[in-house]
Amino acid sequence: MARIPIVYNLRHLGARRVSTALTALGIALVAWVFIFTLALAGGFEAALKTSGSPDNAIAVRSGSTGELTSIVSREAATVVESQPEVARSPDGMPLATAELLVVWNLPRKSGTTTNVVVRGVGPKSPALRPKIRLVAGRMFRPGLDEIVVGRMVSERFRNAAVGDHLKLSGRDWAVVGVFDAGGTSYDSEIWGDVELFMPVFDRPVFQSVTVRLDDRSHFEALKRRLEADPRLTVQVRREDEFYAAQSGMLARLLRSLGLFVTLVMALGAVFGALNTMYAAVGARTKEIGTLRAIGFGRGAVLLSVLVESTLLALLGGAIGCLLALPVRTFTTGTMSFATFSELAFRFQVTPGMLGAGLAFAAAMGLIGGFFPARKAASLPIVEALREA
Amino acid sequence: MSPSTPGGNGTLVRLRDVRKTYRREAIEIPVLSGINLDVAEGEFLALMGPSGSGKSTLLNLIAGIDRPTGGEVWVAGESIGTLPQGRLAAWRARHVGFIFQLYNLIPVLTAYQNVELPLLLTRLTGSERRDRVHLALKLVGLEPRARHFPRQLSGGEEQRVAIARAIVADPTLLVADEPTGDLDAANAGEILTLLQRLNQEMGKTILMVTHDPHAAARAHTTLHLDKGLLTA
Amino acid sequence: MKFLRYVLAHLWRSKRRTFLTVSSIALALFLFCTLRTVMTSFDASIRASDDTRLVVRHAASLVFPLPLAYRERLTQMPGVTHVGYGNWFGGYYQDPKNQFAQFAVDAPTFFDVYPEVILPAEQRQAFLGERTACIAGRAACKKFGWKLGDVIPITGTIYPGEWRLTLRGVYAGRTEDVDENTVFFHWDYLNESLPDVRKNQVGIYWLRLASSKDAPAVSERVDALFENSPQPTKTETEKAFQAGFISMIGNVQLLLTILGSAIVFAIVLVTINTMMMAARERTGEIAVLKTLGFGDGLILRLVGAEAMILSLAGGILGCGIAWLLFRRVDFTAGGFFPNFRVLPETVALGLLLAVLMGLLSGLVPAVSASRLRIASALRKVA
Repeated sequence: MARIPIVYNLRHLGARRVSTALTALGIALVAWVFIFTLALAGGFEAALKTSGSPDNAIAVRSGSTGELTSIVSREAATVVESQPEVARSPDGMPLATAELLVVWNLPRKSGTTTNVVVRGVGPKSPALRPKIRLVAGRMFRPGLDEIVVGRMVSERFRNAAVGDHLKLSGRDWAVVGVFDAGGTSYDSEIWGDVELFMPVFDRPVFQSVTVRLDDRSHFEALKRRLEADPRLTVQVRREDEFYAAQSGMLARLLRSLGLFVTLVMALGAVFGALNTMYAAVGARTKEIGTLRAIGFGRGAVLLSVLVESTLLALLGGAIGCLLALPVRTFTTGTMSFATFSELAFRFQVTPGMLGAGLAFAAAMGLIGGFFPARKAASLPIVEALREA
Repeated sequence: MSPSTPGGNGTLVRLRDVRKTYRREAIEIPVLSGINLDVAEGEFLALMGPSGSGKSTLLNLIAGIDRPTGGEVWVAGESIGTLPQGRLAAWRARHVGFIFQLYNLIPVLTAYQNVELPLLLTRLTGSERRDRVHLALKLVGLEPRARHFPRQLSGGEEQRVAIARAIVADPTLLVADEPTGDLDAANAGEILTLLQRLNQEMGKTILMVTHDPHAAARAHTTLHLDKGLLTA
Repeated sequence: MKFLRYVLAHLWRSKRRTFLTVSSIALALFLFCTLRTVMTSFDASIRASDDTRLVVRHAASLVFPLPLAYRERLTQMPGVTHVGYGNWFGGYYQDPKNQFAQFAVDAPTFFDVYPEVILPAEQRQAFLGERTACIAGRAACKKFGWKLGDVIPITGTIYPGEWRLTLRGVYAGRTEDVDENTVFFHWDYLNESLPDVRKNQVGIYWLRLASSKDAPAVSERVDALFENSPQPTKTETEKAFQAGFISMIGNVQLLLTILGSAIVFAIVLVTINTMMMAARERTGEIAVLKTLGFGDGLILRLVGAEAMILSLAGGILGCGIAWLLFRRVDFTAGGFFPNFRVLPETVALGLLLAVLMGLLSGLVPAVSASRLRIASALRKVA
């Protein structure tokens, strides 16, 4: 089938510059909102999903949905740590840690207060989370009133820089270091010595035990044995699944809200695109009649109109993608419902999201061009030629 | 009404009892009421008549952009009244060149690109097309203006580009609907001279609808259409 | 207004364009109303708060409990008429995804402290008299299909195990803002089932005041009283308490405002484009009107009126649908928004926005139409 050259469409788009710009901009905004909400939900999920590692297993009390509501006694912790599937660190000790989790109310730099996760960690804790590295100061010394804070905490909260003092449970703690956890939820946490936290927070038990598996495939065996043990009442999960599950509801909500907003908005934009293309076709009726008289078939005309509206939409999509790139630098915090405390995260813009934005724009162009294209193609030639 | 055929080889166009009726809301308006016509190859025929007489309609039927309500239309050996749309389009591309009163050039394309359009429907390569476009433009005397847009051309020049477009694919038949209707006398004269040349030097068969007797005088034969019927 | 018919006839003639334009504006404003309702729903709990009620919790966070022993001293506090207490239970019914609130509350004092929970007298008696009884809000009962007398098994997460409660009352809220998705049961029942080490621990205390003016003074006094004890308190009005929760959800306001603005802006662009295209098509017509004697100002008003009518129609449609939809459909997003209703002020704001959109989108076409030079316009058409 012979095709009407694309230069025809391009020139027409250029000839009505203002209309092209307005429609493209409208579509750009829809694409932007689409990418924005994907980036928001994605950032939130990424922060939680990557917090855990498939090489680690975490044990909490059976029936608890998170660390906060869990209780693991010292004896139970010892049993878990001594299992054969637990890897050993170079010094011969099990690569495991029993941790304490509490939530403390602290003021943000903006003035409002919110809860922050305070985690009592053991000496092996950093080794179990290789994503964590110190970026300022040093690690706290066990037995002393020292703490280290995650990157998000130092950025968003008052008195959380190296050298500052934070008041927790009636005591002053020196902030001696800041760590970067690679965008995971640990970035929003404060860490200190678990043995010291226990009496200070009046919590004589742990909340969880985390171990490194000597081999990923040994997880099932470990899980079965521990969960069947009558001395313990624990459930064992892979660490990455455990954290991923926490994001569940809020991420779903963010996603569905975002999707809903985007779809409705896209419908509005498609209506606008329909208007634009109908008007464009209407103004070119005589031209279309001429092309058909010369011998271009109905299919060629249909394709030409579709191509034009899709090009226009893709232009808008490209602009939307460009505008969406800076979104990567936004950070925001929200409440993690597992810990009732702040989880700060960075918006995540992936190439996949940009591609999705473009595809979305193209879809709008196709739908917005289809009906006008059909109309243009089905015009009887003689009538079309008669148009002014 | 078979006019004499100077220098022609055979009958190119044959109409038998052709009728066309338009329907508007619930009313039927008969425009052509039984036309019989033979046009020989190489002929230059003018169709005249008062407005509403159906001359443009007759032209449209012969050119394949409209279908008769009754009767048969044979052009270049094919009964085009019953061809399906897709085949009809291809037939038009091959056999008919159009010249309209208002030129109908595509304003966003250059003269060159306008003339090239019919060639896009053929299997010619890019360079083959280029040769033919230049040839056509040279024939109408507008080769230097190939890169200009229609808005940069005068009315007469636009019509000449339109003629170049009409002949570039070497069609069997040229149909012109009031080709000089929008031009002043001088330009009109030039266009008609060009048409005569195409007919005499290149043997093109031309069907021209006009209301201007001076234009009709340039053709071999003039037929009159009145109330849907042909008279000499 | 004699020209109104002309304007309307014109809109009716290009039905498709009118429909498309009105629809896209309606969609934009529907979205606007929905987003704003997300914001106002968060605030619903604040609106429902009673000024004469204080919340006393552990100073550090809700995660830490307060001793039951505090009750005595709180009751003796001047200005306090009733003291109630409760623990947030945090369980689920059948599926962990079924999120709704459950509270173990001190039954004898509950209704004094929470008068907005309305219950028929015999249901109240039944609840008070039975240790394992519970009451649930109308919305929760409707959602889960509970009827009086049903035994409802709630799986605890903080307090593990399956807790079987008998539904003895269905409560309604005194105002529309009161959450009707909660289940209340006896604190005593919870407490006696706990191991000794977890007994006699209260999540929060509620203090009913004689007058809301006493709130700041009483709050200070309570906190001062327990300041140096191992469990210090933080006392605040319920409004402040709820607001604190909301602020934890973070930049929701900002995000939603960004989204809402982008949406409205996009549709404004699209609508301006449509109006301009429509105006361009009518150049000839407007030229003719001017030759007939229609003045520039009149033309401006006619074209402007068209834009305004379209926008208002879209606004009424969009806001109206939002209003009706969320009245009929129960949109709680899994318990997140117990009360998702479009407020009258949201509708008003939406209509105002529609008017603004009409003004903006009609401005350029109206002005350029009024400025049209007759001769050049007629020449273009002829």
